[in-house]
Amino acid sequence: MMEEDREGLLRVSAHTIRVTEAVRDGDSLTFIVISQKLSGSGEYHVARTHEDFEWLQQCLFSQEEVPGVLGVIFPPLPAKPHLNASTKVLKQLGFLVMGKEWCTYCKALEIYLQQVAANTRLNKNKCLENFLTSSDAPGQQRVRKSIFNRLSQAVEGLRKEGHKDVDDFFQTERDNNFTLTGCSKSATERFLDVVLTEQKLAVACGHLSTCLHLCVEQRDDGTAQAFSQICVKLSEVVDLMKKNFENVAENNLSTLGLGLDLETRYQEAKKEMLYRRTCKLVELETASKNAERAKPIRKAAMDDLKMKSEKEFDQISGVAKQEIARFHSVHVKLLHQALILWCEKQLETAKETSASYSQHLQAFKDLGE
Amino acid sequence: MLNSSLTYNVSVSGVFQRNPVAARTESFQPNTANGEEPADLFSEEDSGPAARSSNSPPGYKSSGVHSDDDSDLFAGVLSRNGFYCSFWKLLLFTHSFSLIQLEEDEVKDNFELDVAVTNPEKIGDGMNAYMAYKVSTVTTLPMFRNRTFSVWRRFSDFLGLYEKLSLKHSLNGCIIPPPPEKSVVGMTKVKVGKEDSSSADFVERRRAALERYLQRVVSHPSLLQDPDVREFLERDELPRAVSTQALSGAGFLKMINKASDAVNKMTIKINESDTWFDDKLQEVESEELQLRKLHTVVESLVNHRKELCGNTAVFAKSIAMLGTSEDNTALSRALSQLAEVEDKMEALHQAQAASDFFIFAELLADYIRLLGAVRGCFEQRMKAWQRWQESQSTLQKKREAEAKLLWANKPDKLQQAKEEITEWEGKVTQYERDFDRISVTVRKEVLRFEKEKSKDFKSQLVKYLESFLQSQQRLIKFWEAFLPEAKAIA
Repeated sequence: MMEEDREGLLRVSAHTIRVTEAVRDGDSLTFIVISQKLSGSGEYHVARTHEDFEWLQQCLFSQEEVPGVLGVIFPPLPAKPHLNASTKVLKQLGFLVMGKEWCTYCKALEIYLQQVAANTRLNKNKCLENFLTSSDAPGQQRVRKSIFNRLSQAVEGLRKEGHKDVDDFFQTERDNNFTLTGCSKSATERFLDVVLTEQKLAVACGHLSTCLHLCVEQRDDGTAQAFSQICVKLSEVVDLMKKNFENVAENNLSTLGLGLDLETRYQEAKKEMLYRRTCKLVELETASKNAERAKPIRKAAMDDLKMKSEKEFDQISGVAKQEIARFHSVHVKLLHQALILWCEKQLETAKETSASYSQHLQAFKDLGE
Repeated sequence: MLNSSLTYNVSVSGVFQRNPVAARTESFQPNTANGEEPADLFSEEDSGPAARSSNSPPGYKSSGVHSDDDSDLFAGVLSRNGFYCSFWKLLLFTHSFSLIQLEEDEVKDNFELDVAVTNPEKIGDGMNAYMAYKVSTVTTLPMFRNRTFSVWRRFSDFLGLYEKLSLKHSLNGCIIPPPPEKSVVGMTKVKVGKEDSSSADFVERRRAALERYLQRVVSHPSLLQDPDVREFLERDELPRAVSTQALSGAGFLKMINKASDAVNKMTIKINESDTWFDDKLQEVESEELQLRKLHTVVESLVNHRKELCGNTAVFAKSIAMLGTSEDNTALSRALSQLAEVEDKMEALHQAQAASDFFIFAELLADYIRLLGAVRGCFEQRMKAWQRWQESQSTLQKKREAEAKLLWANKPDKLQQAKEEITEWEGKVTQYERDFDRISVTVRKEVLRFEKEKSKDFKSQLVKYLESFLQSQQRLIKFWEAFLPEAKAIA
């Protein structure tokens, strides 16, 4: 069955999807999405804006025909990047907007697409295919109304999150998820503070270097020259420090920063799924009560409703269980990759800086010998 | 003692030879660029290079000025020749003498005395408490009783030393190293017994500053010879120094600025035939400004680093929490390891911030104060010039008064007038020679200061850079240790 699916539907292989760059076009960004044909005979190159991505996400949300679709943990789409936004808005977007030339943002979009394409419940959607392969921008097409809206309207006004679950497995998942969402959000924000301070340090080093250049004396004689040389050499070292801080900050945000940001958003996506299921549970319990208390005339109808609700709930729970299992391995993998990449990059930067410091220190010691 | 063979004719030339045999007579030129060793004009009694001991710089008695024996010879020959001679003599001395002395100092490169300030201890309680510091000396100089010895001193003792040295030597144009600043806030915290890191920082900062202060004092050849310095280092109990009020940082600067205001108000500006002093003073002033700017920037660097420390610590905690909440054991362990790595990095940042501060920022602060002291000795020279000018005008007035009396024919007052003239003639000569002396000293001191400054900066900055390198290498170790942990997540 798997092969059939793969053959008949998505013509690209999920893990080859790349978002290679962001092209600035006035006030908006266009992203280049490249993917390899499954047949191995070439590539698809398309240009997409954030509206196009939003369209895709809406398509996925509106898949009524997929049973238990509410139990799917939808890969989270990064928020729209504002080019000329206030610092507050930028800060909300956090790591994704801080990287050089939107690298980190592109990576986040890339992971989104890869995750959608790898999810068997999502990748059969024609919209995805369209998105990845069509040369026309799909963003203007009308989308069916998202099924989520209907559900949230139905159970509006009731606090569902704390509603006790009938299933221990899910209760545990909900509790853990609650903790993890809080922890990962906190860790992401703290890491953001670290990176911002590193950037501030880079700027301070720049000032120091400039200041040192101003100390260079105009006189020709020996002692003045000696002091000037010291100032110049020191400013070179300070420039090195500056570069180091910039690289460290860049490494931080493009690897671990991105990883933590993804983690946070994924935990939120899982939370939303669990919430949807809980809402369904409440609906089911309400329907059951109604069916019990129903007068004989209406009993059959109420029973029907209850049966329908029960079926949907079971489907959702079934899908949810699978999704959760998948989620566990995916999120571990993502964080794992982020940690390794982070460590490797920082190690490389540290070694480079150390070698440069060594050279400069020697040159400094040799001054005026 | 003046070399008896030297007479002050124009043909004497600036011949300064160590070897009295190879005497040369040339037209007067200071012997700068020839590469020949200029002889020492002020060699000791039993002249000749061999007799000179390597310990005490020749001609440098404790006050660094000419001995009194010289004065008579000079006074007799020179003052009668008037202004031109003074000018010539000024040129002679300021050019050549400073060069001789500079060479002398270069030869005497080995440090015969090392001093350290350690073991700060709180003595007493409450508002009467104070910090005592151990001052330890290791020396080969014969003027001390022992080779190694220690005494206990408190902050006011250091200030007292500065005051004594200032009184004695600043009039000569010496650059007296300024002591660390008073700090009421810092000391109150210590007295009150706050055991937090900020008062520990304060005490360490003060200890290091006192050590550097003493090291500068003892590396100054004339100050080292001062009996007060010897007493400070050696004597077990020092009488409590009083009236050290004026010597807080602000007070010190006020003193310098007051002097410079007085100079600016002088109506007769010194006519410097040699622009060296003007140029040098301008350089000193602009350098002080630059160092102040630099200091501000370095302080902001220190603050940002401290901020990074704080952020890193908080981040480490949040990662630790994330680690404990994680189900996957390998990931959980990796995150805990990460939290530990971040804790270590916080310690690194902390050490680096301390390095920024104690090595770099304090170096700059020291030199800002030292440049103030340099400006101070320029002011002293101006005051000496002023005194000389005023004495000359007083002499002129006395002479006019004498003339009037002659004309008015009052013989009894005439005698007094003549006595006053003689007195003032003496003063004019004295003040002129003082001015010459101080000019020479200032010049020499400034050159010495510049050399020391370059050396000081270089050695401190080498230490600073070494601390960077060390930091980086430790960082590499942390990352290398973490990598297998990260990879181990299945």
